[in-house]
Amino acid sequence: MGERTVEFEVLRYNPEKDAAPHFQRYSVKCREEWVVLDALNHIKESVDPTLSYRWSCHMAVCGSCGMMVNGEPKLACKSFLRDYPGLIRVEPLRHFPVERDLVTVIDDFVAKLARVKPFLIPQPGAAQAGTGEYAQTPAQLKRYKQFTLCINCMLCYAACPEYGLIPEYIGPAVIALGHRWNEDSRDGGRAQRQEELAATNGVWDCSFVGACSEVCPEHVDPAAAIQQVKIKSTIDWYTEHLMPWLNK
Amino acid sequence: METTRADVAIIGAGGAGLRAAIALAQADPKLKIALVSKVYPMRSHTCAAEGGAAGVIKADDSLEHHFDDTVGGGDWLSDQDAVDYFIGEAPKELIQLERWGCPWSREANGSVAVRPFGGMKKQRTWFAADKSGFHILHTLFQTSLQFPSIERFDEFYATELLREDGRVAGFTAIEMRSGQMRRFDARAVIICGGGAGRIFPFTTNGAIKTGDGMALAYRAGVPLKDMEFVQYHPTGLPSTGTLLTEACRGEGGVLVNRHGRRFLQDYGMGPETPLGRPVLKTMELGPRDRVSQAFWQEQQKGNMIPTQWGDAMLLDMRHLGEAKINERLPLVRDMSISYMGVDPVTDPVPVRPVVHYMMGGIHTDLKAATPLPGLFAAGECACVSINGANRLGSNSLTELLVFGRRAALSAMEYLQSGARAASESALATGADAARGRLRELLQRTGGKETVAGLRREMMHTMEANAGIYRTHEGLAEACVKLADLRRRYRAIELHDKTNVYNTDLLQALELGSMLDCAEAVAQCALARKESRGAHQRLDFAARDDRNFLRHSLAVFDPGASPRIEYLDVVITKSQPGVRDYSGGHE
Repeated sequence: MGERTVEFEVLRYNPEKDAAPHFQRYSVKCREEWVVLDALNHIKESVDPTLSYRWSCHMAVCGSCGMMVNGEPKLACKSFLRDYPGLIRVEPLRHFPVERDLVTVIDDFVAKLARVKPFLIPQPGAAQAGTGEYAQTPAQLKRYKQFTLCINCMLCYAACPEYGLIPEYIGPAVIALGHRWNEDSRDGGRAQRQEELAATNGVWDCSFVGACSEVCPEHVDPAAAIQQVKIKSTIDWYTEHLMPWLNK
Repeated sequence: METTRADVAIIGAGGAGLRAAIALAQADPKLKIALVSKVYPMRSHTCAAEGGAAGVIKADDSLEHHFDDTVGGGDWLSDQDAVDYFIGEAPKELIQLERWGCPWSREANGSVAVRPFGGMKKQRTWFAADKSGFHILHTLFQTSLQFPSIERFDEFYATELLREDGRVAGFTAIEMRSGQMRRFDARAVIICGGGAGRIFPFTTNGAIKTGDGMALAYRAGVPLKDMEFVQYHPTGLPSTGTLLTEACRGEGGVLVNRHGRRFLQDYGMGPETPLGRPVLKTMELGPRDRVSQAFWQEQQKGNMIPTQWGDAMLLDMRHLGEAKINERLPLVRDMSISYMGVDPVTDPVPVRPVVHYMMGGIHTDLKAATPLPGLFAAGECACVSINGANRLGSNSLTELLVFGRRAALSAMEYLQSGARAASESALATGADAARGRLRELLQRTGGKETVAGLRREMMHTMEANAGIYRTHEGLAEACVKLADLRRRYRAIELHDKTNVYNTDLLQALELGSMLDCAEAVAQCALARKESRGAHQRLDFAARDDRNFLRHSLAVFDPGASPRIEYLDVVITKSQPGVRDYSGGHE
């Protein structure tokens, strides 16, 4: 089976020891089929036990191992060495404070997620009363299903130039997840979520670069969610201001 | 030491921990709930479950069928009163998740769809494509955000339970971000810490599945129950151990050996069923223990296909067609292509059995209570026991909901019974001692052992001696080796002696948990001189109900190997019988 020596440049930062982040070189024998995460695990086990990073599932579903690989936001468990012929530079996700080495602080995302009320807010009225299951056709499911696939990996935040410029921007994943509930036929909470989604630091901070959707490992397409929210918010505005008789 | 006071503290924020937290918050909004996890909730391993969650919902099904499938599937080691409670609560819990917005896959008329699963006589597995656990976890996590009484402590690693007068009083935990230890005072503690599949080298389990919750309870004197029952899932990718869900076979995929023969028919699961028309509870829809054992038997006969990652069989899904694979098994397709370079639409995928789930765990009664007053447990870390000697696929996602909630209600009842808070002196003394032990590990010098070195030896020992088929010689060797590794563990020296997000320290603590769990597995397996479910002994090939229709209990001893005790299985209505997976032909 194939092996080759791969050069890694990994960003290191230990706030207790380092005045500033720096790069460390590792030259390690890797198997052809490995992903970057396998190589990091090999380094951690056999070369340098002090290297810190997050990981768990190794199947692109837990969202732990987001990092910059040669300047692009990637899941380390889905970045194949075969796609990187030369030196591989690994850094923590851009736009997030570095806690230690490749570990970032994601408090900002977690707080913003709670603000868009990402849970089912029942519709008022008798149709939703009771305790049995709600009916939902496959077509209704399909309207929001792709936005449920967000694994909270933060790659879209690392890719988003607006988030880099405006830290208050609630960002692609949070908007996609808020939109996910708005589009769910069982939900009645859109008006409450609009307070965040359509606010100053909601969808209008987005300048439609689309980088979020390009890097999304789950094809959630947060850019589409953002544009859909923009269109609906615009319709809201016209309805409210030009056709007030509809707001009964 | 910084201290957090809660009414109930939960260790682990996966499916079971989140379900427990929500149940507590709903039952009494005044309760102060601390939800403590070594990872962010959405990183918990519940997210990796693929196939679905079992619960009786369709008209042609009945609770009796679910009971019989579960008890027979568990080779009669399940406690039947617990199974009764479980199957009754299962549909309610799945409907509750539906009402919280879980994106279950649907039938054309808008009702929830179900799919066939191994060992189940009826279709009763609710699913959300092949990311069912992911959707359950995120639905619970996002739902939990509406309850202000749930205070989360993400990336806190619990190190020791605190006790006073034979009751639980709280625990200590390290905040990963600062490296500081924090004391959690709570009259009731619920452990939902997940399984310990990482004691084996080839596993579907994520890196975090290191048995920490089990070890916490075990070291506090709570027995670990039925630890010898380790489930191999038949279909893992040989390269990485990544799971290909049983739903591959539920949807009609078949297993063939190097001669193209659907070999399960040769191991009591035949006769062969028509291609693309799976028949429930036979052939590819047999139970996981029997199917994995058939792989091993075929390997002895030289019928497997050699690959660079070891021998494999082929999982053929080509006849399902691209549209169905994309709709029902999108993750399976993606992972097969990514990690094996094989597209299931055009080629059969090599697979081999892979360690997947621990049937055993923290000994609880059917109310999710452990023998230590104030301590409760639910999910994979617990053994209640509904899974017996072999869990049926899709029972575990339901289990963490049913018993996560049950643990919460039991904790409430315990608080209402007037359980006293522990004294400050006892808590402070216990917490200081725990911090002292942690510092000693962190600052130790002159140690000769490394985390990675001991972990490798442990995994190798488990794979070589505690796998699908076991012998006295192998298990005895494993027991000696594991006792030695536990001794050598005390001579570990860390390379990293700093505080902030120290994963060298974290992995050392996780290794300590794993060694304790691994030894319990090996010792229970050595003592169980019969073959039942997932525990197969080449030297005791038959089930022995006269001597072993009992649960094993491993009781911790800090300086020696665990003491093994036994507890009778609760049998209410189903006497041990023959497990029949012949599709009604025998």
